Amino acid sequence: MSDLDNIVKEFLVESYENLDQLDRDLVVLETNPSDQAKLASIFRTIHTIKGTCGFLAFSKLEGVAHVGENLLGRLRDGKLVLNAEITSALLATVDAVREMLRSIENSGSEGDGDYSALTAQLKALQEDSSQADADSKDAAKEAGEQTPIGEILVESGKAKPSDVEAGLQQQQAGDPRHLGEILVEKGAVNPKEVMQALNTQAETRTTGMADANIRVDVGVLDKLMNLVGELVLARNQILQYNSSRKDSADTAFTYTTQRLNLITTELQEGVMKTRMQPIDNIWSKFPRVVRDLALACGKEIRIEMEGKETELDKTIIEAIKDPLTHLVRNSVDHGIETPEVRTAAGKPAAGRLLLRAFHEGGQVNIEITDDGAGIDTEKIKQKALEKGLITSEQAAQISEREQLNLIFLPGLSTAEKVTNVSGRGVGMDVVKTNVEKIGGTIDISSTLGHGSTVKMKIPLTLAIIPALTVTCGGHRFAIPQVSLLELVHLEGEEVKKSVETIHSVPVYRLRGKLLPLVYLQHELEMDAASSASESEAGEATEDHGINIVVLQAEDRQFGLVVDGIQDTEEIVVKPLGKQFKGITAYAGATIMGDGAVALILDVLGLAQSSGAVSKLRDRTMADQTTETQDEEDARQQLLVFEVGQEGRMAMPLSMVARLEEFPRSGVERTGTQDVVQYRGKIMPLISLARVLNYSQDEAAAAMDPLQVVVFAEQGRSVGLVVNRILDIVEEAITVEHQSKYDGVLGAAVIQGHVTDLLDVHSVIRKSDPSFSERPEPAEVSA
Amino acid sequence: MAEAQQFCTFFLDGHYFGVEVEKVQEVRMYQELTPVPLAPPVLKGLINLRGQIVSAIDLRCRLEFPERDNSELPMNVVVRTEDGVVALLVDEIGDVLEFKEESFEPLPETLGGVARDLVTGVYKLKDSLMLILDTEKAIHVVASNGRNHEKRKQ
Repeated sequence: MSDLDNIVKEFLVESYENLDQLDRDLVVLETNPSDQAKLASIFRTIHTIKGTCGFLAFSKLEGVAHVGENLLGRLRDGKLVLNAEITSALLATVDAVREMLRSIENSGSEGDGDYSALTAQLKALQEDSSQADADSKDAAKEAGEQTPIGEILVESGKAKPSDVEAGLQQQQAGDPRHLGEILVEKGAVNPKEVMQALNTQAETRTTGMADANIRVDVGVLDKLMNLVGELVLARNQILQYNSSRKDSADTAFTYTTQRLNLITTELQEGVMKTRMQPIDNIWSKFPRVVRDLALACGKEIRIEMEGKETELDKTIIEAIKDPLTHLVRNSVDHGIETPEVRTAAGKPAAGRLLLRAFHEGGQVNIEITDDGAGIDTEKIKQKALEKGLITSEQAAQISEREQLNLIFLPGLSTAEKVTNVSGRGVGMDVVKTNVEKIGGTIDISSTLGHGSTVKMKIPLTLAIIPALTVTCGGHRFAIPQVSLLELVHLEGEEVKKSVETIHSVPVYRLRGKLLPLVYLQHELEMDAASSASESEAGEATEDHGINIVVLQAEDRQFGLVVDGIQDTEEIVVKPLGKQFKGITAYAGATIMGDGAVALILDVLGLAQSSGAVSKLRDRTMADQTTETQDEEDARQQLLVFEVGQEGRMAMPLSMVARLEEFPRSGVERTGTQDVVQYRGKIMPLISLARVLNYSQDEAAAAMDPLQVVVFAEQGRSVGLVVNRILDIVEEAITVEHQSKYDGVLGAAVIQGHVTDLLDVHSVIRKSDPSFSERPEPAEVSA
Repeated sequence: MAEAQQFCTFFLDGHYFGVEVEKVQEVRMYQELTPVPLAPPVLKGLINLRGQIVSAIDLRCRLEFPERDNSELPMNVVVRTEDGVVALLVDEIGDVLEFKEESFEPLPETLGGVARDLVTGVYKLKDSLMLILDTEKAIHVVASNGRNHEKRKQ
């Protein structure tokens, strides 16, 4: 592309833009074939490309564009009506042109693609009408791209209307020469005047199209941005100097300072804006993508967009382009059903795909909603089981939400058959990684049969992020807020009690789950370096408590232990010098309010170098089961609850599907059984106090709302009504004595109290004998 | 080579050094440094240069001179390099001097060690020598994850 001259380069850039516009217009036109204005605009665009090709001697390209133009001419004249076949052919033309442009860009020639089939098809399509001979010269005139040379000459009084008329007739009679030439030869005008008129013609062609916009190198904008940053700092210094001066008699200086202040702020905003682009830059490609895909899958899909004008930083736009496209394709390919299935389900035949974007709290929210089949969480679970991504124990436990999130696991694809569109098993995990790479989050929600929604939260710009500042070893560090889950502060005694070690790896029990701890001080090897803070920090862990910043790295959590937690603020991310690139613990640096530099921690890098991620990685989900199985007899997670008056009971946490509260008013009856409506199904309620004959006082009997432990098995759920949830503990229990009571396995000492162990199955059988006698297949789709 | 070349000069442990003046963006008095944990001692830290974050390289350490006393604050020679702007920490900043080509000499063959790599030549002064520092090589320091990490890998 080095020896490509500027005209060709300009032609390429302009044509690419025009082709993108064509894609959009054609799809719009298909839905509304009578839109004359759109048709005219499409015609003009194709005509321009054809014209320029002719000028630059790209004859093959010109040929393809020419037949396309002829077909469009027929459409415009109302001799043909646009249908899907014609639209596809026209879109194919656009693709062919694009292909040739690529080839020109890369090799300088049109390439050796064979477009005879396409040309033949286009010709066949236009021959449906009797008048096959489209007059493209006439078309050019009507397209309004150029004022005819004759007209210019007449208007400027250089030529008589009659001469021009005669010249035109001569041309139509077969004279191949240009009108200008004919007129000059006749002596109707002099050559100079024709040249002038031609120049006018060229001018009118360029103005109106290009004068509102110019193309600027992003590098230039980046430089501007940096310079403005420096200007802001200089402005701050001047402001400071001005306010510190004792004699404020020099009011002129004060005024100037204030003006400088205002202008700088405005300039800063302006420069920031230049990098912002509307999200429509990506979205505008989607109607074409959706149309082609829907056609290929035999679906009808309407795409709607809200908040096209929402602006994002250019780098972000680039980064979310692929994930967004993937999500849209996903929705079309296996979100929205075929018209037959939809009609059968009582939905309109045409599916609806809604793209929404809006600003909220310094972030951009992007939502992709379809009204398709939704995501069958049960299916996902089965798939994950099949592929060994989760174990059957985990599958029995995980909540619906977690089931949905399984689709972000690598190697999981829910597509029944692998199509060429999606379903190759790479997909959602890549989308998630890409979104998270730019500090965004992604979330999915779905209702089976009604569609699904993917929500993304994306930072406005990569340059400014909210961050938490912490101190450690006398240094200040910033932690990007996106990785932050929660903060835990432990005091004196608690520290010793709750921080334990497994093979010298410190862990903390966060709500019953083990959270590996990473000491920042140790990780950054500051132990010896900062002697002043060392003793202080050493003591801190002993006496003054510790601060744990709970962080998310990939799909793992770990606790970062720091000396102090300061504040959250918006920081400007600046890159580190090349010398520091090798240290993975830092993502960059920033300048704090007081002008000092603070390092930004790279949470993932830190997790990896400390081993928090990889160590956990080794302990994959499958390994975890063996672990829990080994510990079955020793350590177990138990849900401790109160039944009746002072009755203390426990059951394995693994058997608990959810903890719920139901208002008493929601309880209904079928026969003698108390039931509630739960997730679109009827769930029986069993009062443990009644079944196990615990004494129940009046206050407890009238308790509202009801505390319910939901137990699920084989796709059925039962609610166990308890008085109070007490705790979740992880303890090694030994069953002290076997019980002779039905419904109680035995008793054990848990947390220093004698606690009965609930025999869940026998309790359920007791109140609903049918429960285990009617086992349903495991793959019940809810 | 131009007939006369201008050098920005500075002192390091009693030695007289120079950097081509075109490579120098500015010289600055001592600036607050933010140390970077895990970085080797030669990378003294980061400074805030009008909103730009610049790596600071301790030339004493780079050239294997004894460490500076804590009471002595280093000054910055801010140079432009292919890898961006970098601050070189020096003991004291001298004048900008012009040297004639005649007084230039390549390094004596007997010179070894780091100086061999980082010093490109010598200008003879009346009563001393000025060593020309190759800034591109001088700033070529790469930090990696610290010793802690390496240890753990084993």
